[in-house]
Amino acid sequence: MFKRLSLVISAIAVLGMILTACGPAASTYTCTDKIGCVKIGPTDPIHIAYLLVVAGPNAALGIDSRNGVEIAIDDAGNKILNHTVKFDGEDGGCSADGGQAAGTKLAADPTIIAVIGTSCSSEARAAEPLLSAAGFVTISSSNTAIDLTLAGNANQYPGYFRTAHNDKVQGAAAADFVFNFLKITKAATIHDGSLYADQLQQNFAENFKKFGGTITLQTSVTVGQTDMSSVLASVASGSPELIYFPIFLPEGAFLIDQAKTTPGLENTKLMGADGLYSPDVMNTAGAAVEGFMVSSPLVQGAAYDAFVAKYVAKFGTQPVNIFHAHAYDAFNIVKAAIEKVAVQQADGTLYIPRQALRDAMYATKDFQGLTGVLACSPTGDCANPIIGVYEYHSGVYPPTLIWPTQYIKPTATP
Amino acid sequence: MKSKSSYWVKTLQNGLIGGGISLLLGLVGMALAFGKTYIISGVITMGQIFILSPFLFEAYLSVRRAPSKEPRSLFLVGGLSGLVGGALLAAFVLIGEVVNFRAVLVNASPNLFALLTFNLSLVPGILVLLGVSLVTGLIAAGVFLLPERIRAALSQAVMVVVLLGLFRDLIVTVMLRWGVVQYAFLWMFAASGLKIIGALVIFVLISGLVYWSKGRDRKAIALKRSPRQQRVTRWSTLGVLGLLVLLLPVILGSYFSEILDNVGIYILMGLGLNIVVGFAGLLDLGYVAFYAIGAYTLGILTTSEAVGLLHISFWLATPVALVVAVAFGVILGLPILKMRGDYLAIVTLGFGEIIRIVVLSDWLKPILGGSEGIQLIGKPVIGPLVLANQQQLYYLILIGIILAGFISIRLKDSHLGRSWMALREDEDVAEAMGINKVVTKLLAFAMGALFSGLGGALFATKIGSVYPQSFSFIVSINILSLIIIGGMGSIPGVFVGGLALVGLPLLLSQFADFRYLIYGAVLVIMMLMKPEGLAPEARRRLELHEDAVGPGPGEKPQSVIKNPER
Amino acid sequence: MLRTWRQRITITDIFVWAIGLSIAGVVIWGSISTLLQGQYPGKVWLDLSIKGLALGGVYALIAMGYTMVYGILKMINFAHSEVFMSGPFTAVFVAQALSKSGFLNRQPVISLAIISLVSMGVPTLIAILLERICYRPLRNAPRLVPLITAIGASFFLLYVFRGLYGSGSFGYPAITSLEQSWAFAGIQIYKTQVAVIVGAVVMMLVLFGMVQWTKIGKAMRAVSEDKEAAELMGINVDRIIVFTFGVGGASAGAAGVLYTLLFPVVNFYMGFFPGIKAFTAAVLGGIGNVPGAFLGAIILGLLESVGPNLFLTGLGVPSPSQLKDAIAFIVLVLILIFRPTGILGERISRDKA
Repeated sequence: MFKRLSLVISAIAVLGMILTACGPAASTYTCTDKIGCVKIGPTDPIHIAYLLVVAGPNAALGIDSRNGVEIAIDDAGNKILNHTVKFDGEDGGCSADGGQAAGTKLAADPTIIAVIGTSCSSEARAAEPLLSAAGFVTISSSNTAIDLTLAGNANQYPGYFRTAHNDKVQGAAAADFVFNFLKITKAATIHDGSLYADQLQQNFAENFKKFGGTITLQTSVTVGQTDMSSVLASVASGSPELIYFPIFLPEGAFLIDQAKTTPGLENTKLMGADGLYSPDVMNTAGAAVEGFMVSSPLVQGAAYDAFVAKYVAKFGTQPVNIFHAHAYDAFNIVKAAIEKVAVQQADGTLYIPRQALRDAMYATKDFQGLTGVLACSPTGDCANPIIGVYEYHSGVYPPTLIWPTQYIKPTATP
Repeated sequence: MKSKSSYWVKTLQNGLIGGGISLLLGLVGMALAFGKTYIISGVITMGQIFILSPFLFEAYLSVRRAPSKEPRSLFLVGGLSGLVGGALLAAFVLIGEVVNFRAVLVNASPNLFALLTFNLSLVPGILVLLGVSLVTGLIAAGVFLLPERIRAALSQAVMVVVLLGLFRDLIVTVMLRWGVVQYAFLWMFAASGLKIIGALVIFVLISGLVYWSKGRDRKAIALKRSPRQQRVTRWSTLGVLGLLVLLLPVILGSYFSEILDNVGIYILMGLGLNIVVGFAGLLDLGYVAFYAIGAYTLGILTTSEAVGLLHISFWLATPVALVVAVAFGVILGLPILKMRGDYLAIVTLGFGEIIRIVVLSDWLKPILGGSEGIQLIGKPVIGPLVLANQQQLYYLILIGIILAGFISIRLKDSHLGRSWMALREDEDVAEAMGINKVVTKLLAFAMGALFSGLGGALFATKIGSVYPQSFSFIVSINILSLIIIGGMGSIPGVFVGGLALVGLPLLLSQFADFRYLIYGAVLVIMMLMKPEGLAPEARRRLELHEDAVGPGPGEKPQSVIKNPER
Repeated sequence: MLRTWRQRITITDIFVWAIGLSIAGVVIWGSISTLLQGQYPGKVWLDLSIKGLALGGVYALIAMGYTMVYGILKMINFAHSEVFMSGPFTAVFVAQALSKSGFLNRQPVISLAIISLVSMGVPTLIAILLERICYRPLRNAPRLVPLITAIGASFFLLYVFRGLYGSGSFGYPAITSLEQSWAFAGIQIYKTQVAVIVGAVVMMLVLFGMVQWTKIGKAMRAVSEDKEAAELMGINVDRIIVFTFGVGGASAGAAGVLYTLLFPVVNFYMGFFPGIKAFTAAVLGGIGNVPGAFLGAIILGLLESVGPNLFLTGLGVPSPSQLKDAIAFIVLVLILIFRPTGILGERISRDKA
């Protein structure tokens, strides 16, 4: 076996030597970038990878983001600077170990210029050291953990960006809305044991208390739980006026549905976050969805509607959450930055200096995206920090914007 | 094959199954996902291979079982089988013109129909589809008619070409590490898949080599050697293998080291579970518990975060983690001493879940971090050297495996090992023979917990952070599958199983969305074809096949087991 | 007599009993202090109990599939959770179509029958195929081998269904006539809850009656006792096993219908947790035993909905419902410590397992 293998290898090697004798011509470009350049031959594609959760129980989150990117690529005519886009990637499993494995694999591929990802903050913490060291630009559409873009934090890495908003922004906005707009002073929160929900509800609770409100209970459900009776009973015992549960489907739908049949919660207002901004919420929670509110970045307008139409045509389903729009924007920010820094040779060869690309990304300003007008901070926060609150009405999608009031216009294009 | 008419029914059935499989591959989205992954650049994509290979396979099955081996009737059988499969797809396309499948089946998109009709309009597309499936069936018959040696050569060459094309990215990534040598190989790859010339060269080379090597009589050559020569060969092979194992991370780079590290950690745990399940026969479905305990203990003791306890070094914390894991092994072992079989299975499963739930809970969040997990876990430090990356950690894991392997091998034929096996075969008899059931069972749990705890500690230091989500039930299932695929109770089996079940899926990550689908199908097929495992223990192989050499694929295994319940 | 007693009780026994009793003590102490705190009025406990009963009913029907297959083949059909998922996940499209055409609320009974037919038909078919492809060739293999094929089949089915229908969540339309409720002792009892509990009890009785008193039930019991002897007695063992799988699949489908009445959201992952719970319930009641599975499931359902608040609130544990599965498993261990073959487990299974 060994002998056969070595024979094959040496035969191929000899052939290769002969074929490559007339090697490539010397290039005229010299790379002066601090962390190197990517050379893209005249016919080579521009390689952009994803590190999202596309398998396992959280697959919907990553697949939705990936679909968003695919539409962005279609919109770009599958080309950046006349080079086709190669878009492939890895499943990160929404876990630290999955993120590390996928990150290692991507980091080993020097043709990659940018990575769209990760889906979950735990993935990012394990993958980002590797991706950053490899010189890539990483841009996430759904990481919201605060530490990832917190200056001086061990988990903040150069080259990391996100179009998803930081939990701090959304938690504070939601608390502001509930306390100052709804004039509610007693609220309870529920998380689902995920990093995202836990941090967000924690932020909400802290801000809410700062405003002078009372948090009657901070409790939790588990992923995969269907029967919410015990958790709702314990929430009901504190008789809050509002429950904030920034979790996902299907647990969110079960909470909405079952809260109506829990004694003491019949009239309590329910509020979620962007994980529950999805047509599936309306489809799954049935009539109980009436009056359910979500905090979510302002995403609406003609461009977004056109995007959703393309999405449905291409993938056969309605988008399952809001992060497809962030992913769409993430790709376009990368594309714009590449177009800004790439050095084109006469024969079509493209050089992309990696540090310059990062700098161009950090310098992103006034970027017109689906999720608003975006600008990137020095630590990589690119999200438009305007959070809206939407209210669902049974049988109507998208939900109506109810806050902040100055944005409520018939043509509320952000 | 009682009569000819029933045989024709069988052929039709095979054709339909082929069409059905290929339709399923289309509808779950596999064909489309690989619609742009070229195997040979510009010629054939993996998606097309997914659609066509079931026809080939089923037509080959029909041809092989045909009652008459006359070429003309074989071609008829093959062609018919392929055509029937094609007809099924054609029917699907036709109905799809009228009914909107996509309302329910998300992957029945226009792109899938385009793929099935070769981007042509309806009528010519269907005709081409039928034609291609007919040809595929005829090829199957043609392949069957070839002499065995040529058939083997051709099929292996095709396999290699497909694999090279499919794993193009992975191979290229590794080769980019090799400096000048890379140019010797890179010429055969296109941007996606192989270049036509590359595919041709590989095809000719491999088929020629296989053809040549099949012609030689290996046994005769081996017999000619003197015992001395044989010994030299064996030792030198071992030496080369050992050297290779040591050099692997250097040759293959960080990604393959990552895979090897994961495989290594699973092998380590597999060795432990092999003692519990394979030797002692205690079905443990919650083995992940000790993995979690090892990882969390190490995490808490070494993290530089505020949640940590002592902030000690990896080397000091590991023994503590092992002691804690073993202690939990014994504590769990006590209440389940009296339970047997599936009661044991569910209680251990429950224990695994309890650990995960408690670790995730808000209740213990101040100590264990809850959903935040534990981050910034310490890396092993030897003098000035920090074992930080996967290549360096590989050696640490290797040492762990060697230790665990050594202990396993020594235990297997010791007094204790024999006691375990006696318990596995018949608990009551073993007890009557004077084996102390309590101590023996507890020792099995303790050993299992020890290796699993070590695996957990290595895992924690490798990732640098632990989260409750990493310790789900699936991990226990993976480890159990690993030792059974390898061959229960067999130590080499653990290694084979680890490479097959942990290594392959990681390599298959190209299949991202479909990884678990393939994993599941492979588990079923492997168990149907080799129920005793890939590298079974000699005694177990004898037990399973007293009279038969081995069951062929598709046939019922003629197993003779006196006592299948134990 | 005294001597044999002393011989029989070992230190480990004492230790195990001590663990068991101390857990039981904590549970009782927690419950008492919760009740003394008076955070929850009595009607809350009643409401939770009714919800727990309904949940237990669903678990019970899924557990039937596990326990019947186990009784006859002595194997854990791990793919049963996916068999369960296949029904409601397919029928949701039928239900949505019916709802869109308005037929659902015009003819709720006929609609429910159609939905049930689909919801039970698909799992039955899959269960039978599963037996034919994955388990029959391995009937004489070591017992862990079919366990692994079952796990493989489970993964395969899970991702095939995800591939077919997508990874999103789908909602069942509400049936208006089932949305009403009755007021009872200060709480609302919903028609769906009653329908689920009644449905589960009826199904359990039908299955139990079938196993106990019909000819095919007798044949099933014979096969479960001794396959070879049954074959010699002229029983077609293959057919009985296929039938068992079919019945298991159908009851999983029925469970699916009831499940969607309570929890009207389905996705490809919905089978996993109910599957594990039902398996636990089957073991809790004594695996292989139909009434045992029912009893186990009801206990489990009650534990899940009442347990966390009752046991843990008094102990000051935050987010008690997060720990509900842990409670369920701890109680399982507790019961198995004192009754190692489950609540209604037969003594025979002790020698067999």
